[in-house]
Amino acid sequence: MIVKSMYKNGAILCAFALATTGSVAVVQSLTETRIAEQEKAQLMSLLSQVIQSERYDNQLYLDCVESDAPELGPAGPHIIYRARLNGEPAALLVRHITPKGYSGNIDILTAVTKRGEITGVRVTRHEETPGLGDKVELSRSDWITTFNGMQVNGANDGRFAVKKDGGEFDQFTGATITPRAVTGSVGEAAWYATTHFDALFAKDNLCAGETQ
Amino acid sequence: MSEYKTLIKDGMWANNPAIVQLLGLCPLLAVTSTITNAMGLGIATLLVLVGSNVTVSLVRNFVPKDIRIPVFVMIIAAFVTIVQLLMNAYTFGLYQALGIFIPLIVTNCAIIGRAEAYASKNTPLLSAFDGVMMGLGFMVVLVLLGAMRELIGQGTLFDGANLLLGDWATVLRIEVFQFDNQFLVAILPPGAFLGLGLLIAAKNVIDAQIKAKAQPTQEAEKAPRARVTSLT
Repeated sequence: MIVKSMYKNGAILCAFALATTGSVAVVQSLTETRIAEQEKAQLMSLLSQVIQSERYDNQLYLDCVESDAPELGPAGPHIIYRARLNGEPAALLVRHITPKGYSGNIDILTAVTKRGEITGVRVTRHEETPGLGDKVELSRSDWITTFNGMQVNGANDGRFAVKKDGGEFDQFTGATITPRAVTGSVGEAAWYATTHFDALFAKDNLCAGETQ
Repeated sequence: MSEYKTLIKDGMWANNPAIVQLLGLCPLLAVTSTITNAMGLGIATLLVLVGSNVTVSLVRNFVPKDIRIPVFVMIIAAFVTIVQLLMNAYTFGLYQALGIFIPLIVTNCAIIGRAEAYASKNTPLLSAFDGVMMGLGFMVVLVLLGAMRELIGQGTLFDGANLLLGDWATVLRIEVFQFDNQFLVAILPPGAFLGLGLLIAAKNVIDAQIKAKAQPTQEAEKAPRARVTSLT
């Protein structure tokens, strides 16, 4: 008797498991391309924010390399997109991470030209305090645009620090740790990109296969 | 018809999932920092609740009671995953803002609570209606709390509504007043607890006043309805 009901219940559970996972699979296959498109659009709009369109003419998301360099923060490898103009290397768009934020890692995207000039910086993900540390987001404050046009001059360029530490960047009222982390990390990443510019362009492209 | 009336009253007020049953507090407290987020999670919860209620009600006669809980869990998990995929595909910005809290709808006890307490005993139509009303009741509380926190915390209403409703909705954004610094307590989790506490208190005050008014005329009160949990 008990064995019979076990078989019956097992069969019913099995049927439900098949039906529910089946319906999830159907929806997943229906939305798959749309989600991939959304992610691609998101990536393209992010990349185009940090580098002016006249500086490159290739599809940025189809040309990238990876790097494990400690200058780009922990938890590598980090993706670096390569911008070219008329086939010539023009700029590197470096995704890097700083662990020195107030709460958790801060993900940053920094674009650096061949001459070492920073064309744009965006914080792509962070968990800083709302209202204080989140002014590193462009939607909260234009602080992040201070980087535009700056050139990094050495491994420990003193200008890439908050004013409190003798640098050129404003700290926020009530939040020094976040901008200190971001400026330091951008300085290091920009210096890494400048000094390894040709080496990074010499590597094999890792994103070419993702054509759609 | 009176069944529908009871369902409306229960879902929106007397047995409201958020301020009476106190279910689903995790997403409720976490995402209500703006109206837009609150509304997004409210809509997602509503869809899951209606979907799971109807499905549970449809299969209620085939599922032996020994295995009903795993079956309900599978149904709810499937609906949440589907809603998550749809949001990822069609409201990408909002999906990113709500992030982890979409999968957390699975853990919203309000949903399995309704499946167990109502949908497994009633017809699909009534269960769907119950899902809509419970979902709306939950959403109203979410939106109220979101409005309170957004207004006090950053002085705006409908900030970021375009993430949910499309680009035209940027005009909805109202800047009520401007601060140099946001009022952090309202935006951070403590603000959610305080706000929810105030909402529950307000509801209890209103209930007490209604009762005080009704007292002289009403003689014997009916036996209280069975509830999942109750504060009063």
